[in-house]
Amino acid sequence: MRWYHALLRLYPQSFQAEYGDEMAAIFAARLRGAAGWQPLLSLWLEATLDAVVNAPALHADLLAQDVRLAARTLRRTPAFAAAAVLIAALGIGATTVTFGVADHVLIRPLPFPDPDRLVKLYQDQTFRGYPRMEVSPPNFLDWKRDSRSFERLAAYTAQSATLVGAGEPLRMNGAIATGDLFATLGVPAALGRGLTTADDRDGAERVLVISHRLWTTQFGGQSSTIGQSVLLDDNPHVIVGVMPPHFNFPSREAAYWAPLRLNASQLEDRTNWWLHGIGRLKTGVTLTEARAEMNTIAVQLAQAYPAANERNGIAVVTLRDEVSWRSRQMLWALAGAALCMLLIACTNLASLLLSRALGRQRELAVRAALGAGRERLVRQMLTENLVIAGLGGALGSAAAVVAVPLVARLVPTTLPVPESPGMDLRLLIGSLGVTLVTGLVFGTMPALKVAATATLAGLREGARAGTGRATERLRSALVVAEVSISLVLLVCAALLVQSLWRVQDVNPGFDTTGVLTMRTALPVPKYEPTQSRERFYQQVLSNVRSVPGVAQAAYISFLPMVMRGGIWPVTVDGRAEDPNSAHTASLRLVTAGFFETMRVPLLTGRDFQDRDVQGAQRVAIVSQSFVDRHWPGQDALGRRVSMAFADLTIVGVVGDVKVRGLERDSEPQVYMPSAQVADGSLMFYAPKDLVIRTHGAPMALVPAVRAAVASADPQVPVSDIRPLSDVVEDDTAARSVQVRVLAAFTAMAVALAAAGLHSLLAFTVSARTQEIGVRMALGATRARILRMVMVKGLALAAMGTLAGSLLAIWAAGALRSLLFGVDPWEPTVYLAAIGVCAGVALAGSVLPALRATRVDPIESLRAE
Amino acid sequence: MDLQPVPESLLPLPPAMFHILLSLAEGDRHGYAIIQDVSARTDGEVTLGAGTLYRSIQRMLEQELIIEVAPDPSENADERRRYYRVTPFGRSVARAEAERLASLVKLARASGLITRKA
Repeated sequence: MRWYHALLRLYPQSFQAEYGDEMAAIFAARLRGAAGWQPLLSLWLEATLDAVVNAPALHADLLAQDVRLAARTLRRTPAFAAAAVLIAALGIGATTVTFGVADHVLIRPLPFPDPDRLVKLYQDQTFRGYPRMEVSPPNFLDWKRDSRSFERLAAYTAQSATLVGAGEPLRMNGAIATGDLFATLGVPAALGRGLTTADDRDGAERVLVISHRLWTTQFGGQSSTIGQSVLLDDNPHVIVGVMPPHFNFPSREAAYWAPLRLNASQLEDRTNWWLHGIGRLKTGVTLTEARAEMNTIAVQLAQAYPAANERNGIAVVTLRDEVSWRSRQMLWALAGAALCMLLIACTNLASLLLSRALGRQRELAVRAALGAGRERLVRQMLTENLVIAGLGGALGSAAAVVAVPLVARLVPTTLPVPESPGMDLRLLIGSLGVTLVTGLVFGTMPALKVAATATLAGLREGARAGTGRATERLRSALVVAEVSISLVLLVCAALLVQSLWRVQDVNPGFDTTGVLTMRTALPVPKYEPTQSRERFYQQVLSNVRSVPGVAQAAYISFLPMVMRGGIWPVTVDGRAEDPNSAHTASLRLVTAGFFETMRVPLLTGRDFQDRDVQGAQRVAIVSQSFVDRHWPGQDALGRRVSMAFADLTIVGVVGDVKVRGLERDSEPQVYMPSAQVADGSLMFYAPKDLVIRTHGAPMALVPAVRAAVASADPQVPVSDIRPLSDVVEDDTAARSVQVRVLAAFTAMAVALAAAGLHSLLAFTVSARTQEIGVRMALGATRARILRMVMVKGLALAAMGTLAGSLLAIWAAGALRSLLFGVDPWEPTVYLAAIGVCAGVALAGSVLPALRATRVDPIESLRAE
Repeated sequence: MDLQPVPESLLPLPPAMFHILLSLAEGDRHGYAIIQDVSARTDGEVTLGAGTLYRSIQRMLEQELIIEVAPDPSENADERRRYYRVTPFGRSVARAEAERLASLVKLARASGLITRKA
């Protein structure tokens, strides 16, 4: 019989209570009638089957009934329903968006087979500030030869090139890679073939694999593209394959992949670090084991080639860890804020549901009196709350679909994943989970609370809903929680907003107003001779300078903040230093007039001039920090430095430029005149970024400038056209997206907290109308009543503020690494946040308080 | 109180409900008696499980096909048991269901699927 009682538990409680005894009696009677093991067994089977079929059906019946009832009651109170659904939608939507992005960047496996086994390998030069430095080709080949931890080890480097053969010449980003890159990643070509190791051999046909996007946009998605011959930087290449649509390696922009061919000098030079290493760990080999092995190899290489490799380690990191620590911090901070939002939304929802449930106490008491069990009441209210959460979840998810692309800027470009997380099943399941938790956790509490009080007492004439001390305490606690969470968000948002402002206030070292920039990459080998390049520059620049509205124009290798690398060791005053410990500087080639165009101040000496050409004395202009480092307080003019295979004489000193971005320290800068480099040397640095200072709106000049470039060489593609101010804004893009999202969350949180406080007080006032009436009848003035209500509201806010301040102090500490130029415990920030909370408390209290003063004592007592 | 729906709106009736109505048409019965009666009536072919029985009874009470009645002391009734009685509405629903089934049988016969009266 015990088994049968257990079976009975499967039924809804109300059904058990009603029919359980009868059913047990029937079963007992049949049990008596069954003789022998066979009828007994069939009786048991029958009973089990009976319960398994009918119990879920009964639960479903009840659910359908409750949902219908919920829909009906919600329709009767549309204002409440709308408010509750909206609040739930805010919380769920915010959580879905941020966790969607965080999941996309930080958690979800990368889109490669067995992504956990993919690692990146770097030269670890922490001793001079570069824990993840690219590797030199000979070192990489030694790693590959000596290591046993990897199934495959490939190398690549990002580059850009001009493609001719599909209409207009096209400037594209892509990569050159060893033939086993695709095999290492485990991704085959979608059409044709990928690169193979046979393609790496000298003398092999030059082949090209293109991205799916390039294939569809430029080659019309024709299968005849395979075998087509195109010019990549003037070299004929045959297209042999098309990669699948979402193959974003090494970055989202990658449009082509060509074989990496190393020439003799590249195979020799161990101090030119420019390759990225990527490996696939052998099955069963752990990251720790691979690191240990690579450490050993690093020690061997340091012994074998001390000049280049001394103190060089090898860093092995999983591909996922490529995401910078900052991006991580930013996303986690946002996820935390979203969680706060959800928490506030939920407490608000709970408070709202509680007050509604209390308002329905009489209805519930009637139903209880009519025989509805407590379980039925709880169950029905819970269903109602789940319906609200469900509607909110649907609305929130819909909003998330719209909002996710807006925060896509938070997805780092360095990660080989699509730009924005699709709204897929995974995200929907997450959202559904949040919805269920919201509905269950915050729906159960009010339901239980009310069902407990749904007794005959609720029917008593004059019984007032919601006056229960315990319930009011609970709601008050919820309000305190909302205020404190709002304060935390306010403080964090204020700190990050200030940081953003400080970053934007940082002087980049040049003046961005009215400057147009674009890239005109020069195809090689046509432009390998320095002379031919200079002719092109001079013609473009003189054409551009004659365009009305142009003040000045010049060329540089790379705009600051666009290319942050290009760092070389420097030898000063002929002191021979080993390349590992030498100081470094960033190298740029420019044409005359660059500093004037950018308004980089020329502090002493002269700008480059027409006489700085091949054959003349090699000259350089350095930044002030370069002088400060090597000759502090002394005159630098005429001093000699060696860098990038050249002995240079300093002829000028200019202001520092934030090459690496506004928030980071940049290496000192060294500029060379582009006209002085030897033919075919430093081709990577050949100036390609054109900067034009204008008198008016820079973008208005684009057509004229395009024409000016085309008249110099129609084969040169023009790309990346944008004002210089955009370049600098891009540097803070992720930060400002984060701040905007956080500010939006904070605003919503504060509004919700105000609404929560208001609804609690309004409810208290209406529940205590009689008490207030009595007080007034006994002589309490309106001012006194006003004070009574206001004090209650402000007291709650004060408690919330106190708790929130403590939390905020902790949260700000955790946020520290994201702050810039702001102390995490900056008192004014806290005071301002507390001020906002006080304002919110006032705003939330004043209406209910005023209403309390308008209570008519006679009316309220007559109602008794 | 709601207006009573037309009997046809409840058709087709689930077989368990039909059997219960047939059983109660002969007189008030408690749950176990219904199970035994249905089983006897169908030569043991239909044995209602307790869950099916009470789930049906619950539904039928809601639909006012049956009502619960006090045990009739004159009939030597078991006082601990709950007795049910078919309502006039329940009778008309059962009748409508029987007619529906009969017309189906008629159709089957017309198509030559069956030849003799079952």
